[in-house]
Amino acid sequence: MAELTGLTIADMRDGLRGKKFSAKELVEAHIGAIENARMLNAFLVETPDKALAMAEESDKHLAKGEARPLEGIPLGIKDLFCTKGIQATAGSHILEGFEPPYESTVTHSLWHDGAIMMGKLNMDEFAMGSSNETSYFGPVKNPWRRPGSNADLVPGGSSGGSAAAVAAKLVPGATGTDTGGSIRQPAAVTGIVGMKPTYGRCSRWGIVAFASSLDQAGPMARTVRDAAIMLGSMAGHDAKDSTSLKVDVPDFEAALTGDVKGLRIGVPKEYRVDGMPGAIDKLWQQGIEWLKAAGAEIVEISLPHTKYALPAYYIVAPAEASSNLARYDGVRYGKREDGEDITDLYKRTRAAGFGAEVQRRVLIGTYVLSAGYYDAYYLKAQKVRTLIKQDFEKAWEKVDAILTPTTPGPAFAIGEKSDDPLEMYLNDIFTVTANMSGLPGISVPAGLSDEGLPLGLQVIGKALDEETVFRVGGVLEDAAGFSAQPDVWWR
Amino acid sequence: MSVDQETVRRIAHLARIAIEDNQVEPLMEDLNGILAWVEQLGEVDTDGVAPMTSVVDAKLPLREDEVTDGGYAHDIVKNAPQTEDHFFMVPKVVE
Repeated sequence: MAELTGLTIADMRDGLRGKKFSAKELVEAHIGAIENARMLNAFLVETPDKALAMAEESDKHLAKGEARPLEGIPLGIKDLFCTKGIQATAGSHILEGFEPPYESTVTHSLWHDGAIMMGKLNMDEFAMGSSNETSYFGPVKNPWRRPGSNADLVPGGSSGGSAAAVAAKLVPGATGTDTGGSIRQPAAVTGIVGMKPTYGRCSRWGIVAFASSLDQAGPMARTVRDAAIMLGSMAGHDAKDSTSLKVDVPDFEAALTGDVKGLRIGVPKEYRVDGMPGAIDKLWQQGIEWLKAAGAEIVEISLPHTKYALPAYYIVAPAEASSNLARYDGVRYGKREDGEDITDLYKRTRAAGFGAEVQRRVLIGTYVLSAGYYDAYYLKAQKVRTLIKQDFEKAWEKVDAILTPTTPGPAFAIGEKSDDPLEMYLNDIFTVTANMSGLPGISVPAGLSDEGLPLGLQVIGKALDEETVFRVGGVLEDAAGFSAQPDVWWR
Repeated sequence: MSVDQETVRRIAHLARIAIEDNQVEPLMEDLNGILAWVEQLGEVDTDGVAPMTSVVDAKLPLREDEVTDGGYAHDIVKNAPQTEDHFFMVPKVVE
């Protein structure tokens, strides 16, 4: 039943309801695919028994003709989500063995809608990274390789396990989270679709916090439609997250009309950066042509503070992280290293439990919030953030959505950029603005680089206008007809 | 602005992260690299600009001040490294 793993979520939904196969058969096929792909290191925990039990439940619903929206659909869950009784580590040694006594709102909603839990997916430690190399449990390998090469490439990050699992057809969809690009960047470099909704669209409750004013959950899947289907179940107001928005969840799938006639698409000149590979520029131009041909109007726009988004992010995000990660103290959960006194216990626990990148960010965050430096760094960054948001507000007077590349380049080799934190940070240069301003954004696979690796185009939309983002994404997807697949070398 | 070795030690103490002597120098270089890079924000004129406090236009919701959850101490302490009678155990903090 290997072919079942190649289906989209929409096809699985039809096949299950049309009794072409059972949820049990579908889940068994995916369990097999996951077992055969352990060398990708995408899954930290596999939950085949739970998946089969949930499949049995789904088959009962299907037999009664009472299928829920995601009935029988196997999904992978980023390890940042708390899953009741199933280890959640956030990719960190400090949380190794932690079994949350509760379920995150987003995953609870997925199970409530009939989805099936296949396991927990590897990620950069506490979502801090763009290559999945900061995971305590080792890097994830990108299913894609450069043609003729055996060198392992990174799957992007931080949702690298999610991206690799979807690209390698171990699951048709997975949850991700995006603080500076952690859904869209890995989606782009693995040739899949990744959507970060508006800040507040999905509840953050039960998701291990990195930078609370930026973190947002979203779907990763192989098609725009599948991402729209998943988001329909993930989104919604939750009283347990005070920043969750009390707004109706639209029918995102219905937004995929394929019609962008008369829509005004902004192309920001500041996203054309020095040293960008020619293939990225070419693909961007191609995206413009595709949308023009579909009847959209292309408008050159300016987002003048774009270049300051990344440095402002690297003040705001570490500041919030240093505060959020204060809870890992070796007392209430997680690892403990004994010390001479309580302070020594904290210090040794955190030194042993946090990896190098997490320590670096906690230290930066602590510094920029410390007495005498708060105004110069943190307050300044929050003011710049206001200006970045205002750039977009001005743009929305002229356009309905914005088209940009997702990343400044394709997947790179494991170890290639891990020595220089600043070089790694530049991966998020095109994605971080949407986080800083709370806007929805999608990455759609659109073409291949000169070396034959996937590249993505990004669509950014107005706050709470995921529908337009999905619609434009769908038109790009159709026009691109991206059908390239990685060679299966991991079985 | 840049940090010296003494500042690195002070930040690490504030962050409650133990660092070895041989880590101070490389950490100082890392932090100064990042700080020099974020220094470019100084080019931006932010006079009269309000710092962002909320990225979406939403008012923080209020609710009645009442107990809505709880009563499962066993679950709360389940993941703790050391507990006794539903208490978290730590080294003696009061003489």
